Amino acid sequence: MDLINIFIKSAFIENLVLTYFLGMCSYLAVSKSVKTAFGLGLAVIFVLGITLPINWIITNFLLSENGILGMDLTFLRLILFIAVIASMVQLVEMVIEKFSPSLYNSLGIFLPLITVNCAILGGSLFMVSKEYNFSESVAFGLGGGFGWFLAIIAIAAIREKLRYSNIPAPLRGLGIAFIITGLMGLAFLSLLGIDPAAF
Amino acid sequence: MAETTVKAPVEKEKEPLFGPKEKRLLTDPLNDNNPITVQVLGICSALAVTSLVYPSIIMAISVTFVTAMSSFFTSLLRKQIPKQVRMIVQLVIIATLVTIVEQFLKALNFEVYKQLAVFIGLIITNCIVMGRLEAFAMANRPWRSLLDGIGNGLGYGAILIVVAVIREFFGKGTLFAGSPLAWQIIGPSSDYMLDTTQISWLGWYQNNNLMVLSGAAMFIIGILIWIHRTWNPKLVDVS
Repeated sequence: MDLINIFIKSAFIENLVLTYFLGMCSYLAVSKSVKTAFGLGLAVIFVLGITLPINWIITNFLLSENGILGMDLTFLRLILFIAVIASMVQLVEMVIEKFSPSLYNSLGIFLPLITVNCAILGGSLFMVSKEYNFSESVAFGLGGGFGWFLAIIAIAAIREKLRYSNIPAPLRGLGIAFIITGLMGLAFLSLLGIDPAAF
Repeated sequence: MAETTVKAPVEKEKEPLFGPKEKRLLTDPLNDNNPITVQVLGICSALAVTSLVYPSIIMAISVTFVTAMSSFFTSLLRKQIPKQVRMIVQLVIIATLVTIVEQFLKALNFEVYKQLAVFIGLIITNCIVMGRLEAFAMANRPWRSLLDGIGNGLGYGAILIVVAVIREFFGKGTLFAGSPLAWQIIGPSSDYMLDTTQISWLGWYQNNNLMVLSGAAMFIIGILIWIHRTWNPKLVDVS
């Protein structure tokens, strides 16, 4: 039950995009059409779901004082995390290219961009600061990825409709995307009252 | 003998160390090419810190340091870095610099470090750092890359501080809360203040909690983009 709580909490209540502003760059850049947003969202879920457990193992068995090296190496955390993320993204890229060339072509440049998607590194750092155990970190990764996926689909759908509305020229494009994200953030806040333990 | 061989090319170029071109590198990111309102890079890691001014200033300084130094070192190494692994080399340079900042802040001001911990780490994935390395430092000489890095860090910090001032002033009625300069300006004195004996000028003001929420930062940046583009029409997005 605890795992479901964490999943729901990280997907809806503590949404990575709408409450922590993580992954904003690709969120704004790739949200022009629902189709590409969908592919990127799936890739983010996948990468978050894989890297968080790996980073959990690294922090607890390699970098902590009780780990195999017996030294407190937390200052190496950032470099190791980013190395894991970069290699995982590379791996995902190779797998997708091999098994689904059409998806690979439609994602194009956005796949390597996941490396510098703050949501992935942010998820790892939040996982460390919240002191989750292994299975909880898997749930947190999948939930966080799912929340990111929902948010990018929603903004892409809204922006597709907005193309036909009459917005003042200087506000068009980015300005309005920011304001809509703010409104979506407020809407997601109403989920704060939900007690995940009720599920 | 080594000295003379190093000196010779510098004399040949006859370029001023800080001419109009270098000045443009510093001022361009503040207006025409602002990292946040025009390039829309680097929003990721920073907006969550803008509810208070003091952490935002620290964040701005850290990002400026990282963009400047990473541009400088990448530019020094640009001829040695193989094209295929350049992302990883850049990430390692950035991650090292961010670790230095993190350890430095941890030793200097632990209270602020605790507030910012996750977001300082996220400077690594701050797109503006990587963006400037790819777009500028890989193709330019170290001195110019350093200036470009400083300029972009400042342009980024400027927006960060503007947003933070608006959010803290209307949201809590204070400025610089949490720092030695903390100042209660309007509203009832809040528990964010170190010195609760200070009396505010306008006691009737009720704190606007919307400004403390994350959504307010998005509204303010959206409106800043609107103002910036109205004032500087060549930036208007036609599509």
